[in-house]
This record gives sequence, structure tokens and C-alpha cells, in this order.
Amino acid sequence: MDLFHNLAIGFSTAAQPANLLYAFFGCLLGTLIGVLPGLGPLATIAMLLPITYALQPDSALIMLAGIYYGAQYGGSTTAIVVNLPGESSSVVTTIDGYQMAKQGRAGVALSTAAIGSFFAGCVATLALAALAGPLTAAALLFGPKEFFALMLLGLILASVLSSGPFIEGIGMVVLGMLLSLVGTDLSTGTQRFAFGIPQLFDGLDFVPLAMGIFGFAEIVKNLEQDDKLSLVTQKITNLFPTREDFRRMIPAMLRGTALGTLLGVLPGGGAVLSSFASYTLEKKLSKHPEQFGKGAIEGVAGPESANNAGAQTSFIPLLTLGVPSNVVMALMVGAMNIHNIQPGPEVMTKNSTLFWGLIASMWVGNLMLLVLNLPLVGLWVKLLTIPYRYLFPAIMVFCSIGVYSINSGTFEVHEAAVFCVFGYVLIKLQLPAAPLLLGLVLGPAIEENFRRAMVLSRGDVSVFVTSPLSATLLAAAAIAIVMIMLPTIRSRREEALQE
Amino acid sequence: MARPTIRNQRAFASGALFLAFAIFFFVMALNYPAGTAARMGPGYFPRLLAIVLAAIGLAVMLGAVLRTAERQRLRSWDVKGLAWVTGSVVLFALLLFPIGLIGALLVLIVVSSRASPEFAWKGALANAAILIALCLLVFVYGLGLQLPVWPALLN
Repeated sequence: MDLFHNLAIGFSTAAQPANLLYAFFGCLLGTLIGVLPGLGPLATIAMLLPITYALQPDSALIMLAGIYYGAQYGGSTTAIVVNLPGESSSVVTTIDGYQMAKQGRAGVALSTAAIGSFFAGCVATLALAALAGPLTAAALLFGPKEFFALMLLGLILASVLSSGPFIEGIGMVVLGMLLSLVGTDLSTGTQRFAFGIPQLFDGLDFVPLAMGIFGFAEIVKNLEQDDKLSLVTQKITNLFPTREDFRRMIPAMLRGTALGTLLGVLPGGGAVLSSFASYTLEKKLSKHPEQFGKGAIEGVAGPESANNAGAQTSFIPLLTLGVPSNVVMALMVGAMNIHNIQPGPEVMTKNSTLFWGLIASMWVGNLMLLVLNLPLVGLWVKLLTIPYRYLFPAIMVFCSIGVYSINSGTFEVHEAAVFCVFGYVLIKLQLPAAPLLLGLVLGPAIEENFRRAMVLSRGDVSVFVTSPLSATLLAAAAIAIVMIMLPTIRSRREEALQE
Repeated sequence: MARPTIRNQRAFASGALFLAFAIFFFVMALNYPAGTAARMGPGYFPRLLAIVLAAIGLAVMLGAVLRTAERQRLRSWDVKGLAWVTGSVVLFALLLFPIGLIGALLVLIVVSSRASPEFAWKGALANAAILIALCLLVFVYGLGLQLPVWPALLN
């Protein structure tokens, strides 16, 4: 069996003592930063990125993946214990998780989340391993026009799924793409929008931008709202779900995993969409929908499995097609570029040890979360009792040093300061930042593929609809736009995406 | 008839932001040759995107003044908090090379702490001492990042 042979290669990479150690520290640090209020996986990865610069490429990616899962799990922990979603994919967990905690079942909720995540992680890892081959082969059929259509679809889906009006999400995507054009034009060597500043010739760096918007501007926002954290103070005891709990959570876990695995692969999908979809599904299928919002265990088990499955399968489009489907994956592209790895079909063929090692390490990372986090829950909760006035300067210090270390220079720090102001404007205008970042990352590739496709067709735009593959992808994008315009779906989306 | 007012101020400002960026990028892009659709120059794609963004901006602004628009006001701004936080980052960047990491971190922590309504000198300085020690331990000695620890004059 090819699949098992490949996985065996992967595990021999991931199970090297050094890599196990990096996965361990990745999970630990990721959770540590992820539980801090206002820091989602994106800010956490961006902040911890410099730590991985000095590592070997495979160790660095394994550690980053660990950080990602850790941050995600950290977000769920705060969602349950203090009703504070660390990131948008754990928003739905607050609904029932926090209610369970209030009923003295915080331990059960936390272990439900951990078990669900672990199970989903196992399944998604297998799905990733099984799908990687065929999808990589499919990627070879893709020419410039197909890539253009695929990325367009991803961007449109990402705006459909962001909060706020759809048209504003699209506006943010286009603005992000315009910002991505800063720097040297690859085909002609012209400096565009660089104002003669040499540091801009390579384009706007992703990390300072993400730090400014998701790190610094977020802090200003948090300081404005002085609502105190409603910490569940009682000691967390009995971590083990009862037999009745298991009976109710297992079907939810299975459905959540299936849903997350599927939705994660979608461009523009990933953890957030999966968790919302799973919660809605569980509520629909439940015999006791009235228990939802009052501590229904399905409302934790389903979404938590789904978001973890989605988080993992969202690596599929990145590793096989080279198209990041969400902002976290976009940051992974940045991390891979630092190690001179070009994400895409070549990773699997040219760098198969790294590829399969990464996949195997996802499973290892999930296992570590399970054994690491349950015993340490008490410690994570302690972290949350540190007053914010001491916490946020610490976040600022780590972000600033992280941004500095990209190039060992202060230009990036100034850049982050500018984007802090910009990010604050976005918060005040309630404009979503995630589509902007995705546009920023995909912009250059979209332009390049668009230009190539047009050269090949001698300037005829109709090639995008005459090729069956790109026509299908564009049709899917058009359907998504039409659907979002329909009043019933629109109101349902607003309901689902409001926080 | 009441005088025409902007029903959705938030959306109107968002649209205006899009439009402003679109105009800026379009005007800048005029400096680069556009080429033709078959052989695009560096100015082609930026102009295309700027036009799309301008159209979106106008549509959002229009949607904000329609009679069907939802009433939304602009939220109030905490300019002070923003200034402390952003200012502390800029100061850190400006001071890092001249006075070294320890001094720059001290400034960063104390200045940013002022953004909190519960600011107190004692707490901020104690926090600074702990964080500086932690940073030296982790980033300078642990990870070996290239950071100037002491003022440039001493080197």
C-alpha cells in the first residue's frame, strides 16, 4: 500500500527525537500564547515564527504546525472556561461550553473538546494522506487560467464567509490585492508603489501587517472594553465524561469530523466555517434542541471536532495546489518561503520526506495536545487571572521583537505601527481583516496567472469560460455570489456569522 | 422633508475608504505602462483592480444613503489609547539601535502601559523588569537573535 508506505516515511521523520521535541514545544507554546485573550492562531504563529528561523525546514514546519494546533486548542480552553473565544473558530464553543462550565462541568467540556479534536485530527490526517496524491496529480492539469479561476473562487468564498456585508468583504480582498502589488513587478522588473524605499522593493511583508492588525490594533480595542472576565473560579475536577456523555458526544464527534474534513478542503473554508456548520447541524438533528445554549455536550463535541478537522484538511489545497485557503495557511506560505520551500505540487514530489513528515506530525501534535493539555488545564486557567494591564505590554514586547527579527531591522517595526493604526480604522468601520490578508497573499499569484493566461490566449478574455475546468470554478464562484444575494440565505448567514 | 442625511455612516465611511485607496492606486499606476491585454505591462493589473475597488467603494457609499439602509453611526474613537500603543512601538523602533534592547524595551513597556486606564508606575516598572529579564533570557541568550543589548555608544 502506497499510502501506508508514505505514512511510514512520514512517521520516521516526525518521530525523530528532535522533531518530537519541536512538536512538543510547538504545542506547549502555541497553547500558552493561544489562551491569552485576543490572540488567535494567526497572531500566535506570527509571534512565534522567529523561533523557527534557525531550525531545519522540516523541524520548523513541524513546530509551526504544533503551534497552530496548540493555539487552536488554547482558544477552545478560554472559550469554555471564561466565555472568551480565543479566535473565531471557537466562537460557537462558548455557547454551550461556557454553560457547561457554569454547571460545574468545565472539566468534562474541556476533555470533550480534547477527545473530539484528537479523533478529528486522526481522521483528517488520514484524509490528507489519502487525498494528497490524487490532488497533486490534478494540480498538474492546472494551467494559468485554471489557477486564476481557483484563486478567484477561494477569495470570493472567503468574503462570503467573513462577517459583515459581502460587498465590503470583496472590497477588502481587492484592497489586499492592490497592497500586494507593492514592490518589484516580477515580469518586467518595474518598481511599483515603492516610493523609492528599498525595503519595499520585495513587497509588503505579511508578518508586520498581521501583527499590526491582529496584534497591536486588537490590544487597543481590548483596552476600550473594560468588561471584566467572568472566570469560572471553582476548581476543575472530574475530567472524565460519563457513559451518558459519551453516548451523546460520539455521534456529534463523527458528524463534526466528517463535516470539518469536507469543508476544510474548500478554498476559503477551514476551521471557522466547519465549526459553525457543525453547530447548526447538531442543533437541527438533536432530539432536544432546547438544550442547546444551556450546556448541551453535542454543542461542544461537534464544533470542536469540526474545527480541528477543518484546520487540518485546510492544509490540502496549500500543499497540493499551492493555494492557501485561509489566513493561517497564508502565514504558513510565508513561513515556507523563509525556508525556501515553494508550496505546491512540487513539495510532494521533490520534498517527500518533508511532506509526509509534516502530515505525520499533525497526528503527533494532536496526540501531544491530548496528553499535554488535560493535565495542564489548571495552569492555563491561572494564566487568565493575570490582569490585562500586565499582559498586554508583554504581548507588545513579543510582537515587536518578533517583527524585528524578520530582517533584524526596525523598518518592519515601523510598518507594524502603521498597520496598527490601519487595523484600528478597520475595527471601527467593522471591516473584516481576514479577506484583506488573503488578498495580500494571493495577489501576486493571481496577477501572474492572469497575465500568463492572457498572453497564451492573445488577449482574449473568453478563455476563462471556454476551458471546462476554469469555467466550472468560475461558475461555482458566481453561484456563491448569487446565493449570498438571496434574502433568505443572507439573513441566515448574518445570524450564523454574528459574534 | 428632512434634509438628506447619511443613514449608515459606518458603511459610508467604509466605501469612502475604498474609493480613496482606489484613486490613490489608480493615479500611482498611471506612472507604469499599461500595455495591452495580450501583453500586459506593470500598470495593467493595478488599474484594473483600482477600477474594481472604486466601483465597490461607490456601491457601498450608495448603499449607505439609500432609504432602505440600516441606521448605523460611527463608533467613538479611543485616540489616546491608539496613540500610546502605536507611539510605544514607534519609539521602540527608533530607540533600539541607539540605546539598545534594554532601554528600548523599558520605553516600550512603560509607554504602552499608559494606554491602560489602570496605569500605575510601580506596576508598570515591575512588569518591565520581569519582561526585560525574560526577553534577555529567551531571545538573546536562548535563541541568539541578533539584538543590540546595550547602547551603541558602549560598543
